[in-house]
Amino acid sequence: MRRAYFKNNWIAAALVAPQLLIIFVFFYWPTAQALYWAFTLEQPWGGGNQWVGLENFQAIVEDEYYWNSVMVSIIFAFFSTLLSMGMALVLAIAADRQLNGYKFYRVGLIWPYAVAAPAVGLAFRFIFNPSAGLLSHLNQIWPGIWDPIMNGDHALAMVIFAGAWKQVAYNFIFFLAGLQAIPRSLTEASAMDGAGVLRRVRDIQLPLLAPTAFFLLVINITDSFTDSFGIVDTMTAGGPARATDLMVFKIYEDGFRGLDYSGAAAQSIILMLLVMVLTFFQFRYIERRVHYT
Amino acid sequence: MADINIRRVEKSYGDTRVVHGVDLDIRDGEFVVILGPSGCGKSTLLRMIAGLEAISGGEIAIGGRVVNDLEPRQRGCAMVFQNYALYPHMSVAENIGYALKIAGIGKAERRARVQSVATAIGLEDYLDRRPGQLSGGQRQRVAMGRAMIREPKVFLFDEPLSNLDAKLRVQMRLEIRHLHQRLAATSVFVTHDQIEAMTLADRMVVMNQGNIEQVGAPSDVYDRPASTFVASFIGSPPMNLLPGRMTESGQHVELADGQHVPIPTALAQGRAGRPVTLGIRPEDIRHGPAAGGSGLTAKFDFLEELGMGRLFHGTLGGQDIIMHATDKTPPVFGTAVDIAFDPSRLHLFDVETGKRLAGESGRADKEQWSGYRATA
Repeated sequence: MRRAYFKNNWIAAALVAPQLLIIFVFFYWPTAQALYWAFTLEQPWGGGNQWVGLENFQAIVEDEYYWNSVMVSIIFAFFSTLLSMGMALVLAIAADRQLNGYKFYRVGLIWPYAVAAPAVGLAFRFIFNPSAGLLSHLNQIWPGIWDPIMNGDHALAMVIFAGAWKQVAYNFIFFLAGLQAIPRSLTEASAMDGAGVLRRVRDIQLPLLAPTAFFLLVINITDSFTDSFGIVDTMTAGGPARATDLMVFKIYEDGFRGLDYSGAAAQSIILMLLVMVLTFFQFRYIERRVHYT
Repeated sequence: MADINIRRVEKSYGDTRVVHGVDLDIRDGEFVVILGPSGCGKSTLLRMIAGLEAISGGEIAIGGRVVNDLEPRQRGCAMVFQNYALYPHMSVAENIGYALKIAGIGKAERRARVQSVATAIGLEDYLDRRPGQLSGGQRQRVAMGRAMIREPKVFLFDEPLSNLDAKLRVQMRLEIRHLHQRLAATSVFVTHDQIEAMTLADRMVVMNQGNIEQVGAPSDVYDRPASTFVASFIGSPPMNLLPGRMTESGQHVELADGQHVPIPTALAQGRAGRPVTLGIRPEDIRHGPAAGGSGLTAKFDFLEELGMGRLFHGTLGGQDIIMHATDKTPPVFGTAVDIAFDPSRLHLFDVETGKRLAGESGRADKEQWSGYRATA
């Protein structure tokens, strides 16, 4: 295919330069810097560094807290993705059926996406507060049944729920768009063929939504690894006893609180590689199952 | 028994009424075609029969049972959609067999029935393909196979041929006709294509703006259109409609330019002196002076060659007219030439309501025209 092209290359260069500059300054440069730091020992208050090769990575691999953090991150990614995509799918199917009031909640459901993660975290901290929140009534009946401050599983569940809630809006938009892109005549044809509502969802809508679901899976998993800092920071600060110590939160803790820039940089590199590998595997093993034409 | 009785059925979307109290009885095994321009409510009516649209007023009964509140699956209809609506993620066999699968019919029987339907529609070699790998005509066949497999009481067709090219359309038309002869299921076919309607229908229903204009056998509708709408909608090129006035004697219609068209006296019916719309089909006009000397003249500007005849375009009484001439008279353009109307094929319509005047066809006068032609 022939493309339109600029005869004056410098105009094209000038037009893309601002964008490239932004990407370079805020993405490639820090990444390159982190990569460099990961192989050096950086002084906490500046003033030079020392090349240490793979020692930073070695220290991380030998650190049991790090492996705990990886485990927690994987659990968080799995369940928050499952929960948010599940909720979004149910809501989108309801909205697509144009049940009463769908115009209202179609808009209403999109708003949470515009709320910043720390705000979400703060709001859920009140809701899930064991002594004053909504679930505190349970504690009145069965004392101690809900205790995210002391119980690590409860804390992780709480963080997962908040993270999922924030992602629901985004997933909802895509699922709804995906559903509305399915020709209405297909669901009508299956209705004529004798399928009830649930059967139509299962046989027609879900299979045809597979490409959308795959896209959302990749985005959600990536997001839950890299974008969950705000929620953890406001809700649990990684506790109790590192039960919610997600990788991205540990990077922040080790780097900015522990002033171990080099260790944090090495962890960032590992996280980046982990997300890349995960994405690769998703494309390799799931993507080819979702395309049907 | 699957006759369909439609009683004063209405459809509104909010304040907009799109179907205005339609009455229609479709007999068991009949092939009825609903014909009309876009937006006339024909598809809506079909979808109300299918159960895909709620009925705003009136009732629809299939096989004597009122179906207003029944789900589509409870009505025993199968439908062929305009865009085929094949399930893109299923193979041809799965598409055809889907209804049986839902009905809980076992795998072995399902396979046998899919096989027999596939043979009937000539797709037995394509059962493992996905719809995306089929041509338009093959997809159309799959859609029909999917409808056939349930052996429904009623077939509904929603403009099923309009996405096909001209040649395939003719072929599929014949296949649908064959299918109907074999299965003898009640069929309702919606289209905006008058050729499809004329060729397929046992009876056709002409709709306009949410009302039924006329119901009848194709030849009746063609020969005796009930209104100017039907007259101009059916026939290609359409019927010429000329404004005029019945003379006091009731033997002529005077056109805008003062020319007199003789009409059979039976048509006058006490409308002497009143304005009327005179209709004449292009093929009922011919060259040459009329026998009685009451010569009509028209001026022609150009012609279109059809092979089986020629379409002369011109004006008569200030109106554009078209004459379909099958003789080889050398064309004369730009000056008035003699033409003659077949008086037995004249149609008169009320100017205000557009309804046909003189219910009886002029066909009885056919002899007169033959003699007339002989003397001309």
